[in-house]
Amino acid sequence: MEIKVIRKVLDVNNTMAEQNRKMFTEKEVFVLNVMSSPGSGKTTTLEKTLSYIIPEIKSAVIVGDICTSNDANRLATTGVSVVQINTDEFGGDCHLAAHVVEKAACNLDLDAIDLLIVENVGNLVCPAEFDIGEDAKIVVLSVTEGEDKPVKYPLMFRVCDAAILNKIDLLPYLDYNREEVLNNIRQVHPEMPVFELSAKTGDGFTPWIEWLKSRVKRKI
Amino acid sequence: MHEMGIAKQIIEIATSSIPGGMEDIPVERVNLKVGKLSSVVPDSLRFCFEILSINTPLSGADLNIEVVPILARCNECKFEWTINEPIFMCKNCKSGSIEIISGRELDITSIELENK
Repeated sequence: MEIKVIRKVLDVNNTMAEQNRKMFTEKEVFVLNVMSSPGSGKTTTLEKTLSYIIPEIKSAVIVGDICTSNDANRLATTGVSVVQINTDEFGGDCHLAAHVVEKAACNLDLDAIDLLIVENVGNLVCPAEFDIGEDAKIVVLSVTEGEDKPVKYPLMFRVCDAAILNKIDLLPYLDYNREEVLNNIRQVHPEMPVFELSAKTGDGFTPWIEWLKSRVKRKI
Repeated sequence: MHEMGIAKQIIEIATSSIPGGMEDIPVERVNLKVGKLSSVVPDSLRFCFEILSINTPLSGADLNIEVVPILARCNECKFEWTINEPIFMCKNCKSGSIEIISGRELDITSIELENK
């Protein structure tokens, strides 16, 4: 006997994400979900980004890692409020789910901020599947990774609104084909802006900061 | 990588879908639609489901996964086609403005109880 069900498996997460989105909209907070593989320079990119946007854009960060509060400690030196989530409490999850973000957001004064950055767990697979109630998703890719990452992980590059190509200061020392990675990104998501920059030197940050500021200001 | 969590959700949804009074009838099959673009590996999902369903009404049930192809439609010329490679540009007019019609599914469609 067949019983029709027709339910999305991620229904619970999607419902929670919509509640988050409503809460963030009421509080006029723009939420940016930052994803990448481990070691692409997410944290350094965010440290540099914060140094360019505060105090103009009042910001806070939620950092997701399986273990340690190393990234939170680094980001706290920028002066913004930081909440660390360790997913080993939630079974060592490889991504941040909507309910985890909601719990972390409760520890922040949302009335005092315009921008909430969520640094997701380093992973190009699972975070792409989980809505957390964000306004925009970005992916950070670095030139020390393979040029074919965008075509190996198409869902990640499809769901994002912008991509950052980091560590361009290393290009002179690498056999990296910059055109190839840009073509691969364009193949997977032709309309997505790509910001080529170096979080270490600050090169290339202007277009990225302008994009971020304009997106935040459109909401608040 | 997150197949364990997904298997857990499937078990919760499927268990709560068993009609009242039929809790003792074994579930033979859980039918699932998984889009090719979703980041789920069917073999890992079956493995996790098998382990997590032990001692639940779904123990021993078959997880039947229908893989849904990635269908796209061009916003410019309205051409529709199936995406088999990671190229998300219109096959007809090369436009990058496209819509994904299917391929992101991760849905439970039905459960099948043993016929008595």
